[in-house]
Amino acid sequence: MTGAGLPRWAWLPFALAMALLVIPLAGLLARAPWARLGELLASDRSRDALLLSLATCAASTVICLILGVPTALVLARARGQWVAAARTLLTVPMVLPPVVAGLALLTTLGRRGLLGQPLAVLGVEIGFTTAAVVVAQTFVALPFLVVSLEGALRTAGTDMERAAARLGASPSYVLARVTVPLVAPAILSGTALSFARALGEFGATLTFAGSLQGVTRTLPLEIYLLRESDTDLALALAIVLLGVSALVVAAAARLGRTHG
Amino acid sequence: MATIGQRVGALVAVAALAGCGQPAQGDAPVVFAASSLSTVLPHLDDTARFSFDGSTGLLDQLRSGARADVFVSADHDTMLAAAEEGLLDGEPVMVATNRLVLVVPADNPASVTGFDGSLADTRLVVCAPEVPCGSGARRLAEAAGVRLDPVSEELKVTDVLGKVASGEADAGIVYATDAALASDAVTAMEIPGAAADPNTYWAGVVAQAPHPEGAEAFVAALAGPWQADLRAAGFGPPR
Repeated sequence: MTGAGLPRWAWLPFALAMALLVIPLAGLLARAPWARLGELLASDRSRDALLLSLATCAASTVICLILGVPTALVLARARGQWVAAARTLLTVPMVLPPVVAGLALLTTLGRRGLLGQPLAVLGVEIGFTTAAVVVAQTFVALPFLVVSLEGALRTAGTDMERAAARLGASPSYVLARVTVPLVAPAILSGTALSFARALGEFGATLTFAGSLQGVTRTLPLEIYLLRESDTDLALALAIVLLGVSALVVAAAARLGRTHG
Repeated sequence: MATIGQRVGALVAVAALAGCGQPAQGDAPVVFAASSLSTVLPHLDDTARFSFDGSTGLLDQLRSGARADVFVSADHDTMLAAAEEGLLDGEPVMVATNRLVLVVPADNPASVTGFDGSLADTRLVVCAPEVPCGSGARRLAEAAGVRLDPVSEELKVTDVLGKVASGEADAGIVYATDAALASDAVTAMEIPGAAADPNTYWAGVVAQAPHPEGAEAFVAALAGPWQADLRAAGFGPPR
């Protein structure tokens, strides 16, 4: 046993938690059509769903980074009553049931929505496009990046930042040369988390974007659809989804460690 | 108006109370029924306990040993599979039909005139071909010589209805009962040939049902006295 502070009884809940989380995944792996995996994944609809998922998740993760890093900085550094309120508002999409997120987007950006109606007049219609998928994924994934990064920003770096500022560095220079390198592990793991969350997005995409092969039908939607008609292909795609998620999360943990 | 199911339930409950002091749970059946019945069935029987889902989802649950008394599927194939796998006690009976209709938002923004060429260049939403409402829609389109070019192929018929009711889509193909539920938000139009090629609803008693008598009574009521209520909800008569 390692670590002086580890009480012996903690192993029991640990074992139960691992069993609860790992056994269903093992069950999925056991049922997977391994022998036909290559053939199943070579089909058009598998490829379309996988490529669409990867492309939209990459896009939404980039947007999450562009918007999320400065947002986390504001939440961590700004002072005032409103900061707590803003933090709560930003966290809500994280715990919102996916279908509610979809309805929220539909009533806002839909053709008859608050913003969607004026946009439609200008000829911009988001519904049923790949852009709608990216919007839905960003909506649910952005809070993960902001929340994980804000925590790191609050505990790291204020002394060094102050020192750099006293030496005459501008706030943007301090951000780029001091703050970002300090919280790089948190940025990486937050990015991975939001990518993984975007990859698993289902409800908001279904409610808001629709489902058309190669346009809006991402991996989770395709898995849900195939679950009834072609269980083997659904399981094969589930394995791919599981694999990509595991890869992303593991890579982030590793990168986070080496930078830390 | 007390239904047969309620009467039977009440009788059994009274008998149980008088006889051996069991809680008044009675012989109220657990009913696994297709989602499209979720509005009408609870009105018809307020003692039965319902679980509503897609027919194939419910079949999956029955296969995994879910304890149910009655299974009501929204298509014949699923009920056939249940029967072949020995999940049923006795023969299932057809209790209703449901035809596909074309729905447009109440203000019909794309000026759709019917199941015809006016659907071209509209934002049409249908079910995916893997789902019964989707394969049915394609069959009808082929027969009518109409080309379907949907912007989305939804996973469930309720997703189609939602997109039309919210005005997000210009037109959609759903079941008559769905259109009836959203009649203030959508206008329904008949599809040629749809009435002759409806979905059929089947009810059967589940093998080793915990409440077999309640289950029998429920199925009998569906096939008999509740027919008028099913008709009022937009279902067609069994054929």
